[in-house]
Amino acid sequence: MNKERIVKDFKRNKWLYALALPIVAYYVVFQYFPMLGAVIAFQHYSPMKGILGSEWAGLSHFVAFFDSYYFGRLIRNTLYLSVYSLLFEFSAPIVLALFMNEIRFRFFKSLVQTVSFLPYFVSLIVVGGIIKDLTRSGGLINAAYTWLTGGSGQDMLQQPELFRTIYVLSEIWQRAGWESIIYLAALATIPIQQYEAARIDGASRWRQMISITLPGLLPTIVIMLILRVGHMLDIGYEKILLLYNPVIYDTADVISTFVYRKGLLDYDWSFSSAVGLFNSTISLLLLLIANWVSRKTTGNSLW
Amino acid sequence: MPDRILNIVVYLSLIVLIAVTCYPLLYVLSASLSDGDRLMTAGGLLWKPLGFSTLAYERALANPALWRGYWNTLLLVVGGILLNLSMMIVGAYVLSRRNVLWNKVFIKLIVVTMFFNAGLIPFYLVVKGIGMMNTLWALLIPFAIKTFHLIIMRTAFLSLPPELEESAQIDGANHRDMLVKLVVPLSMPVISVIMLYTAVDKWNMWFIPSVFIQDRMLYPLQLVLREILINNVTDSISIGASVGEARKIGETIKYATIMLTTLPVLFIYPFLQKYFVKGALVGAVKG
Repeated sequence: MNKERIVKDFKRNKWLYALALPIVAYYVVFQYFPMLGAVIAFQHYSPMKGILGSEWAGLSHFVAFFDSYYFGRLIRNTLYLSVYSLLFEFSAPIVLALFMNEIRFRFFKSLVQTVSFLPYFVSLIVVGGIIKDLTRSGGLINAAYTWLTGGSGQDMLQQPELFRTIYVLSEIWQRAGWESIIYLAALATIPIQQYEAARIDGASRWRQMISITLPGLLPTIVIMLILRVGHMLDIGYEKILLLYNPVIYDTADVISTFVYRKGLLDYDWSFSSAVGLFNSTISLLLLLIANWVSRKTTGNSLW
Repeated sequence: MPDRILNIVVYLSLIVLIAVTCYPLLYVLSASLSDGDRLMTAGGLLWKPLGFSTLAYERALANPALWRGYWNTLLLVVGGILLNLSMMIVGAYVLSRRNVLWNKVFIKLIVVTMFFNAGLIPFYLVVKGIGMMNTLWALLIPFAIKTFHLIIMRTAFLSLPPELEESAQIDGANHRDMLVKLVVPLSMPVISVIMLYTAVDKWNMWFIPSVFIQDRMLYPLQLVLREILINNVTDSISIGASVGEARKIGETIKYATIMLTTLPVLFIYPFLQKYFVKGALVGAVKG
């Protein structure tokens, strides 16, 4: 890039660059400044001294985190929740789309769509409130669960062993319909001739679903999966914050909720930033790995 | 698997799905219209209100916090739409211009932020440092651009035929004319979808307000709801009610408040459903 070209470009596009100022300012201030600010993870940051005046701490916050009692628990909980979500919540919309594809009655199909998208727009506060209400002692879900298992009927959000199930099921409830839209759209692009040929060969509809529809969805599934893996570590902490309590930290506390508590409730900013930075870095690595694996094996990739 | 069994499995599971999705909403509606004390003692399924009482609604509507919440949320939704759309339309316009030297660099730097962020605390410290804490601006300006939306909009602008723009330029159109008379009108479908999503985002936002807003007068609707639903603070509503009445309202006030805050969304949703669906698909294009 030579100087002459830069000057010429600037002269020609100066108004465009002027128009770009607001968004450049936005990204500098709210995206890149915080990245610089993340150096407090390597400091004993104190607001009085500021970033330039605070003493350096090297990697001590990271070491403290890795050595702490919480480290194993947070990693374990985060992984459990994201793997369960990946197994169940990720596959639910695919199954839903496959099933919807089998419906022949237009009216019923649009009913299923309307109803299943709806929960996505209900606010998390309301969803959290309803979950709390239905699972408390005497609540509907609690009553059903107690009747089925003969349990004690104790508040289900006080029982650590139930939290993961409640979390994953409620995620499915809220998101499956919505996430199925993208698969439904992909279904529409599968050539109809393939089904006709299969029918002539006498394939049952189950057979067609497995051998034509599912492979037709595969590229979409792979892309969604890569994106998903990149976000494995930042599972829906907003919902966890609404549902959890100290009694079930053993299964419910994840990295991002820990960052929140340490940073914004205990004001341990440097330590909390270190944990957050660790989280972001691992997320990025996971995404790169998933993308690389996918490109090698299926040829699908994000970029 | 024979076709008949497949049919049974498919229809049965979808009917169960509909029931499971609708029931909580029906439950909330029934509970909100029930007699408080009868609701307390009854457990299990609820198909229609136990007794009939609108007391909870009267009480919920008399709660000034609810109205303040509505007002603040309204400001957020309107402000968010205006701010986000103007930022993103102008931004996407610049980024979609061909032969602008620095655009490639801009795009890369913007996409990077989708996959790596500094985390909550440094972001919080920046917002705090600017002095936005405890103002509604803190809920608007730091979220003025959603990178995902910006990229979708840029893709839409890029897909307009370049010949149109060239001929407009030959006719002497400046950037304002191009934007106002050409790009925006032709991209209305995408812009309106993003507008809807921005509105929903602002309507439902609670975590960020809970971090940046301490003044209860500035609480948006969702934070008012959180106090009532999650933290179980209903005293302020029951103040002035006699002991007997307070017990009677009991839990029903929660449900009435849910209804009052969710109804607008549920009511508008069927009319806008097809736009939302379109939006989910627009989002599917590769960045």
